[in-house]
Amino acid sequence: MLAKRIIPCLDVRDGRVVKGTRFTDLRDAGDPVELAGRYDREGGDELVFLDIAASAERRRTVVDLAARVADVLFIPFTVGGGIGSADLAGEILRAGADKVAVNSAAVRDPRLIAAIASRYGSQATVLSIDARRGPRGWEVVVDGGRTPTGKDAISWAELAVAGGAGEILLNSIDRDGTKLGFDLELTAAVADAVAVPVIASGGASSAEDYVTLFRRTNADAGLAASIFHYGELTVGGVKDVLAAAGIPVRPPERAFA
Amino acid sequence: MIAIVDYGVGNLASVRKAFAAVGARADLVHDPIALRDAAAIVLPGVGNFGHCARELARFGFPPELRAARHRGVPLLGICVGMQLLFDGSEEDPAEVGLGFYPGSVARLTGVPRVPQIGWNAVRLTGDHPWLRDVADGDFFYFVHSYAAEAVDDVTLGTMDYGGKRLAIAGSDGLLGVQFHPEKSGANGLRLLRAFATADAGVGAGRRG
Repeated sequence: MLAKRIIPCLDVRDGRVVKGTRFTDLRDAGDPVELAGRYDREGGDELVFLDIAASAERRRTVVDLAARVADVLFIPFTVGGGIGSADLAGEILRAGADKVAVNSAAVRDPRLIAAIASRYGSQATVLSIDARRGPRGWEVVVDGGRTPTGKDAISWAELAVAGGAGEILLNSIDRDGTKLGFDLELTAAVADAVAVPVIASGGASSAEDYVTLFRRTNADAGLAASIFHYGELTVGGVKDVLAAAGIPVRPPERAFA
Repeated sequence: MIAIVDYGVGNLASVRKAFAAVGARADLVHDPIALRDAAAIVLPGVGNFGHCARELARFGFPPELRAARHRGVPLLGICVGMQLLFDGSEEDPAEVGLGFYPGSVARLTGVPRVPQIGWNAVRLTGDHPWLRDVADGDFFYFVHSYAAEAVDDVTLGTMDYGGKRLAIAGSDGLLGVQFHPEKSGANGLRLLRAFATADAGVGAGRRG
């Protein structure tokens, strides 16, 4: 049976992991490769690296990061943040990443999704959506939640999947950094609208939040950053609680020897 | 030398790095003739079956892969590389596979999510020297929308995704895995290590 995935996220800036709430109050949280190794040992099912600096001169850093991670980590990982072309996506994938996540650039030009998917496959093409509750449903926002787009999040997810996105990383801006738990309504709405896997993000603060996520929605995975970084929760601890609740998870692996 | 067939498809860096992690040297091979010197061959592949089959043929690999198979050179197919061991795929009926195993590749049906992305438990139904360190129920990382349906019984492992599906097919000197061992943590590294230290893999067989 397919396991529900627990995905630690590393927000990276200038080659270092940072985490406050996602886009403000940054605190240094360490070396990405070192942290990635720790999450692997704790049982993380895959990892997401988001380059939150995302300016043109820092692109090289992202490709280098992918290569460094791939040297030492043998679980899947996704790289996102400021990816605006299929060429850059290709560089990151060739360096050893398994998937790239596109966000703002795909909102500006949805053809980016098809451009990446047709070259590298839908399995490597993740659409990251930052969504905020509005008067009618949920609105897509970009630039780290600062810029509203007028786009409906559910329609956008459907359109992106039709264009080749193989997975949706759904971040609730309302919940991000709040520790109020995942946005169940938003997650359920998107997970029921599309036939590709959905990763819920934003608001997790306890193992019980994950139990609720997987009981109440059809999400395939749950992502979190700061709670894992600062050791408030461990991936293994979350999985123990999920397993006890009867939710399928990948058990701790036998050490390589 | 372990040759990783480089026909421009797949996450080849990850496969090479995973072999390096188990102390084995694996090189990307662009020239089909170089397969004649290979001690073992890995056939990777991701994405569309038709695209993979076309590119493999365009680079001239199929005759050399058949010859290597005939010589008994250990061969491991990964993901679409595993699907290419079969006759063909409904993903692109115009293209043919290598035909080492009779059977075809069909789209995953009866499941809410396609592709299957994530870790699934593999039930072992047969023995193979390269599976010696794999335990029944070990989890491996899958990313696929299609799965092979074996005609002959070469099934060595299955997983459950909307029903029982082929996860591992194999016979003497040949193994195909639908999952990505290079991305399956310690479980995958153990499998790659067993392959890297293999002789021709004689001793495959069904269980029970």
